Amino acid sequence: MTETRNIEISELRHLVSERALEGETMLLNMGPQHPATHGVLRLMLELDGEEVVNCIPDIGFLHTGVEKDMESKIYQKAEVMTDRLDYLNPIGNNLVFCLAVEKLADLDVPARAQGIRVILAELTRLSSHLLWLGTSGLDVGAMSLFLYTMREREIIQDIFELCSGQRMMTTYVRPGGLWRDIPVEFEGAVRSFIEIMPRRIEEYESLLNENPIFLERTAGIGVLTYENALRWGATGPIARASGVALDIRKAMPYMGYEQYDFDIPTRAEGDVLARYLVRVAEMRESLKIIRQALDKLPYGPVNSNNRKYVPPPRSEIGVSMEALIHHFKLWTEGFTIPKGAIYAAAESPRGELGVYLESDGGSKPYRIHYRTPSFAALQLMPLLAKGHFVADLVAIIASIDIVLGDTDR
Amino acid sequence: MGIEQKTGNMGVVTTTLEQVVNWSRTNSMWPMLFGLACCAIEMMAAQAANYDMSRFGMELMRASPRQSDLMIVAGRVSRKMAPVLRQLYDQMPDPKWVIAMGDCASCGGVFNNYAIVQGVDEIVPVDVYVSGCPPRPEALIHGIMTLHEKVKQEKLNQWK
Amino acid sequence: MMDLQPALNAMQERFGVRSQTYRGEISLHVAPNRIIPVAQALRDDFGFDRLADLTAVDYWPQEKPRFHVVVQLYHTEARQYLRLRTALEGNAPGLPTLTGVFLNANWYEREVWDMFGIRFEGHLDLRRIIMPADWEGHPLRKDYPLGYEEVQFTFNYDEILTRKPQPME
Repeated sequence: MTETRNIEISELRHLVSERALEGETMLLNMGPQHPATHGVLRLMLELDGEEVVNCIPDIGFLHTGVEKDMESKIYQKAEVMTDRLDYLNPIGNNLVFCLAVEKLADLDVPARAQGIRVILAELTRLSSHLLWLGTSGLDVGAMSLFLYTMREREIIQDIFELCSGQRMMTTYVRPGGLWRDIPVEFEGAVRSFIEIMPRRIEEYESLLNENPIFLERTAGIGVLTYENALRWGATGPIARASGVALDIRKAMPYMGYEQYDFDIPTRAEGDVLARYLVRVAEMRESLKIIRQALDKLPYGPVNSNNRKYVPPPRSEIGVSMEALIHHFKLWTEGFTIPKGAIYAAAESPRGELGVYLESDGGSKPYRIHYRTPSFAALQLMPLLAKGHFVADLVAIIASIDIVLGDTDR
Repeated sequence: MGIEQKTGNMGVVTTTLEQVVNWSRTNSMWPMLFGLACCAIEMMAAQAANYDMSRFGMELMRASPRQSDLMIVAGRVSRKMAPVLRQLYDQMPDPKWVIAMGDCASCGGVFNNYAIVQGVDEIVPVDVYVSGCPPRPEALIHGIMTLHEKVKQEKLNQWK
Repeated sequence: MMDLQPALNAMQERFGVRSQTYRGEISLHVAPNRIIPVAQALRDDFGFDRLADLTAVDYWPQEKPRFHVVVQLYHTEARQYLRLRTALEGNAPGLPTLTGVFLNANWYEREVWDMFGIRFEGHLDLRRIIMPADWEGHPLRKDYPLGYEEVQFTFNYDEILTRKPQPME
């Protein structure tokens, strides 16, 4: 490790107000180990009594070097790292990586694979929102909600395990399709889940929607106005709670989202409560999409037939020399992608998740950059926190739903 | 009802100080509420209704290191986080134990690069390593049970 | 979908920027000293109202100029992205900051400074954002080593062990 250099206080002076220098306001450190920071976020606070004057987020405590690491790995291996970026949305991360690779390589994806991807992506959105609901409930004092939401989350994890063998880091979505077809039990499991889920969402709502403590702690807190949401380029549920009806699934449909009928829930208030209401409404929309996708799911292959990118099925390897060579080449050298640069975006549970991928014609990404929604959302933190109490800060952090793995990469 | 009736039929239990202290240590081992990355989600799942870690006397996650006995390093430790982690460990009162949960905490996992500490054992002494990326909640519970077994074997002169 | 061609033609006339289309995505190549007026015009006159992403690419050692700063803008009405590319000369280049045009460029520019060492002139708070404040070097530069630790196998276990940091007792 490098030797520590003392940071001059003058380097940080511009962050706080003049009053802090005279000792009129108090500087307080919150995190990186704090139960309400949802990971390892550090906030430096300037407080006037209980009121936040300045809030300075300090991130990077979970910096994983993923972008650099991916540059030294072939595409198939690089994909494994994407799961671990936003660990509440692993399939979404895989999906956007595959979207970028497919766009750059001009690779087709069969309709069945697209349908399954949509179902899994929406299930991931549900599981992410469930965890968010549970933990943000914990943060504002609704303890029991966590146990209820985790109960349903386990059902989703079981579905993931059913198709991929892993509960969280599935790497199930691969360039050109999927790892393999879904098992026969999948449809029944998903159908029974979407059957029970609406009732369960009502159950959560009955715990929160009329709960005076919850309302007191969320209504009017951390308001992001419509203008500010636009100027700061907010995306996802945060933007939608401020009245900006931006959803990549509708705006630039990918994976055949245009064929499903769903709404973009928006609210005008822009406070913590509005973000909660938007996310809960989104959970219902996700269920709608899953139901339609299941009904429409066609039969057929789940992988592209392009053998330059997709390994041949097991059954072919035994009989075809060609298939064996392709399989061997794909898993040792990897595939190459034409030189070029691409930006692919998808809607993650937290907002616009984009990948800027640049290839130099080799089998490894030359440069890959994840435009992550949490990073963008955390920028709003100083704006949202100003003028609120420290206790409200907890509710605000919870409401922007940050995942630090997503922020720091 | 007096003390005679209460204790009358219970007989006498003899044990050693060593055993009784070790037993009590295992049954009230409070972990620190400290999640780093992906594994923290599985740690939460282990505490939620389906897996219910409190069956083993671990229901109380303490947010303060001063009140906790067990540090579950749940996730990858970056170079920026490493000094913080060590400070948290130093703040915990003895006796204290560490579980490295998941591949990243155990050995760096898939991330072998400039940013990640290759195994948290470079910073703090680890008692139990739990494999998996991330480990299932059962695996974490198994890791904790393994730690309990280890604690039960501790000799009086090894106590901290 | 709205046609962006008139906008591109107008940009070409006004600023002499070169546009390029690849797989349906449009990039504009902008000179470093024109990035502010170009971004301003795109925002005010052509409706690219959101900065989606700002990052950089390092082409060391095969290409010169070494760095490209890549900006993604989003047109809410047309539902389209537009990419701005700026090539920067030298090993420690600078670029005027975009924070005056798009507020949320702030953190992205700090990240590019942290990871690539590209200075954004006029940025109010250009500190390291992700790496520790005392970190040396800019990790995403191509001449920065990946910094991995060697993996031990049975045949070289002892040899590598001598170089490895020792576990704490």
